Amino acid sequence: MITIDSLTKKYGGNTVVRDLSFTARSGRVTGFLGPNGAGKSTSMRMMVGLTTPTEGFATIEGRRFADLPNPGREVGVMLDASAQHAGRTGREILTIAQQVMGLPASRVPEMLRLVSLTPDEADRRVGNYSLGMRQRLGIAAALIGDPSVLILDEPANGLDPAGIRWMRDLLRDYADHGGTVLLSSHLLSEVEIIADDIVMIGQGRLVCQGSKAELLQAAGTVVRAADVAVLQQALSIAGIDATVSGDGSLRTDADPARVGRAAYDGGAVLTELRTAGSGGLEDMFLELTADTSRDSAPTKSSSRKSSSRKSSTERTAA
Amino acid sequence: MTATTAPAVDQVSTGRRTEHAIPLSRVVRVELRKMFDTRSGFWLIASIGITGLIATVATVAFAPDDQLKYYTFAKAVGYPITVILPMVSLLAITSEWSQRTGLTTFTYVSRRGRVVLAKTLSAVIVAIASMFFAFAAGAVGNVVGSQIAGVPTVWNLSLGHALTILLGNLISLSIGVMLGMVLLSSAGGLVMYFVLVLLVPNLSALLATSQHWYKELQPWVDLPFAQGYLFEGMHTGAQWAHVATSVTLWIVLPGIYGLRRVMRSEVH
Repeated sequence: MITIDSLTKKYGGNTVVRDLSFTARSGRVTGFLGPNGAGKSTSMRMMVGLTTPTEGFATIEGRRFADLPNPGREVGVMLDASAQHAGRTGREILTIAQQVMGLPASRVPEMLRLVSLTPDEADRRVGNYSLGMRQRLGIAAALIGDPSVLILDEPANGLDPAGIRWMRDLLRDYADHGGTVLLSSHLLSEVEIIADDIVMIGQGRLVCQGSKAELLQAAGTVVRAADVAVLQQALSIAGIDATVSGDGSLRTDADPARVGRAAYDGGAVLTELRTAGSGGLEDMFLELTADTSRDSAPTKSSSRKSSSRKSSTERTAA
Repeated sequence: MTATTAPAVDQVSTGRRTEHAIPLSRVVRVELRKMFDTRSGFWLIASIGITGLIATVATVAFAPDDQLKYYTFAKAVGYPITVILPMVSLLAITSEWSQRTGLTTFTYVSRRGRVVLAKTLSAVIVAIASMFFAFAAGAVGNVVGSQIAGVPTVWNLSLGHALTILLGNLISLSIGVMLGMVLLSSAGGLVMYFVLVLLVPNLSALLATSQHWYKELQPWVDLPFAQGYLFEGMHTGAQWAHVATSVTLWIVLPGIYGLRRVMRSEVH
């Protein structure tokens, strides 16, 4: 378990992480989601003692990182798979980890097998590795000490779809055995595939957190009718606010049952009724981070005056 | 590299193991390994041996016959150590920042002071090994050189003098440690190193010839000048005092500042 308590990091007058608190539970994969520059990496560096927090603290299984006698055996860390001496071979990098943690030498070939790096690849210098191979090596180095907690910064970066799937299975398996996984990403689609729980931050602040299922539920309802005007009227009678998407569907924060009841009462013929699902979570991601991210929510349509929610809905539809 | 099925991850430790702190000896062993396991690192240390051998041969070839004595050889072979060793210790520290390996190193050993200590001790091991090499190569050169020249073989190096030479080299090594900690950058560290050992002594010598007040002061504050006593042989207590003050000024004080930087600086 990782506990983050009021973590704050200021550089001069610039607050990069602001009063961040959350918990990554054991047996779960927690996705740490946010746009670039949201403070994900800084937060993770603070968790493992590479950056000193201005305020607050983080504990791993109840202890601060600095108090762990042999940290590699408790926490597997991969903050940047490319942060390795390009002149070392993959095998050498794992051997260094194995020796400093005091593990049997057999752990090195074991880990290479686990991440599907062939002996030939392992003997190449990492300067010649693809990003995907570096990520695999980084995962191997994080897992070599058989830790109970994993902290991974953008682990799916550079992996192809098969690689992402492989990582999902690996981390799923790890969490099912009781491990805690905290992984960051700026891509919702990645987190959605891999994570059970989601912690979303924007400009260093916690935006929302919860299980993926809860957050999907909270993302609202998409409804489509044979006649949009009739449906709109039915919803407004029921007091439900809805917006029209570019594809003619309506979107609302009300849950599907309530929307269905309103449509039934208003005599609207529905052609589709569902939770907004992944698209909805993405909308929420873009919307919640729109005022905090560097760029406002991307707008594909030419209508500049459309609200961020509407424009992001259009983007989903496009 | 196929990505089809993920092999099962080992049982994630459920009960907490009783972990022992990582002993310093293990960190030293790993840091020593890291000095040799890259091409650049390997050749840097190998260059101590290679230049040492060249120096031996050059001494046999070019030194005047009356200078073919053991100390001449030991000095010639030892000179590359004095120059290269600080780079070894400097790069061992700065590479954690410049190559960004600190991102993993400091998550294995979170006490950075321990890592720097282990690197320093590794460099000391390399120093002692190179000194043995230098004294051995010098001995061979001395025997061969004097035979060729037909002069008697002279062993004019006492144990005490050998130890002060070692101390002089350890001070050089410490310059590298200090610069590495203060600058945390390989390129900047190497530039400053050459400024410190090539430029500063010349400026100091220039100043000493033109300013009388500085001539008095020089042995107290000029580190290479004071190191010279250690290499040439210590004779007076004042010389030890000169070594002590200049080491404090150039290594201990900036080293304390550097250590604070190592502890506090962020590793990106």
